[in-house]
Amino acid sequence: MNGQKPSLPTPPLETHEIDAELLPKLVAYLRQMSVELREKWVSRISEAQLLGVMSPEEIFSEVKAVYDNYVDALETGSVESLQAYARDLSERIIHRGVETHEVLGIVLLLRDVLARSLFLRYQDDPELLDRILDSYEPAANRIAVTVGVSFVEERERVIREQQAAIRELSTPVLQVRDRLVILPIIGAIDSQRARQLTEQLLNAIQANRAKVVVIDITGVASIDMTVANHLVQTVNAARLMGASAIITGLSSGIAQTLVDLRVDLSTMNTVGDLQGGLEEAERLLGYKVLHSDPAPPDRLA
Amino acid sequence: MSVPILKQGDYLIASIQSALSDSEVLELRDDLAERVGQFRARGIVVDVTALDVIDSFAARALRTIGSTAKLRGAETVLVGIQPDVAMAMVQFELDLQPLHTALDLEEGLAVLRRTARGGDDDGP
Repeated sequence: MNGQKPSLPTPPLETHEIDAELLPKLVAYLRQMSVELREKWVSRISEAQLLGVMSPEEIFSEVKAVYDNYVDALETGSVESLQAYARDLSERIIHRGVETHEVLGIVLLLRDVLARSLFLRYQDDPELLDRILDSYEPAANRIAVTVGVSFVEERERVIREQQAAIRELSTPVLQVRDRLVILPIIGAIDSQRARQLTEQLLNAIQANRAKVVVIDITGVASIDMTVANHLVQTVNAARLMGASAIITGLSSGIAQTLVDLRVDLSTMNTVGDLQGGLEEAERLLGYKVLHSDPAPPDRLA
Repeated sequence: MSVPILKQGDYLIASIQSALSDSEVLELRDDLAERVGQFRARGIVVDVTALDVIDSFAARALRTIGSTAKLRGAETVLVGIQPDVAMAMVQFELDLQPLHTALDLEEGLAVLRRTARGGDDDGP
């Protein structure tokens, strides 16, 4: 789904002329019955086992707010305040793992609860009931769509924000010694991110006058052909700038994949873990790390 | 505009200051091959810091410079490839064998000193 779309206009559902006389009646009735209908709604919600992550008190207070907003929207025909509330509510509950089907289910339950109470109230006068439902249904559907769409849009927005945050956070190039930088890669790599990584690395090579770069992929769970080729390209580009690259932290799974894919890694200098990579880098740069204690600790311990 | 070739000890330094036409590239190649013999140079540094494009023709000419110089006993180091240029070159799979590469002139001279000592530990 393309997340770049601006928010949808209010959905153009059926536009029955809402009966100017009936609507106030309807709204007044729903307000009058609000306590009873809310309770009924809550019990339907718990029967359907929706909103399991929220406590009954929370559900009750949200239900009250939604109910009032719902009736207001019916009365004014404007869904804007309901939409704002739905967004706000979505923002609060998305992080707790509330799913789209739950939100839709709840709104549809409210629609059913209200419709049924209207039916009970006016069942003696089928003609009036018919007219009442004519005004109620399109408005109720519109509200249901608005709430559902608000929730989904809000969720997409959260996802986009998180993606952007992850992209920004996860690509530091760090200088650890004179002329030595490391690039720890964490998380999934796609083509866009691979390009961004390469760009950052090359700029860091120039800025820090790096001679050796250690690319650590311990945090990369899986790798495919495209990403492997990107990695090879990164190493080659670094070499064009006069820096040799060392790849560390290839998990056994990734190593197996690379062999299966027959990626040509002959030009790559790979070392098992980051520590080994840094030691290799220090060797290339001519550093020698000495322990200040003349009797070095047993490194095999 | 032809590329000036400077002599620095045992090494030659050619600093390319602006994009070269195809004929200028060939001229540079011939000049360098001739100077290597004339000065008994043991290494060449070609500085491309000012270039923002290295296309396949230029890459091939640079490779030829390297091969020719090698036959006459000199190693060639290409220095100053910009990050964008490096990205583009690997994307188009432009190969620079048998050239060495280094960050800048200083590094390039260091590479030459190292390879001239006998070890070839910085090969591309």
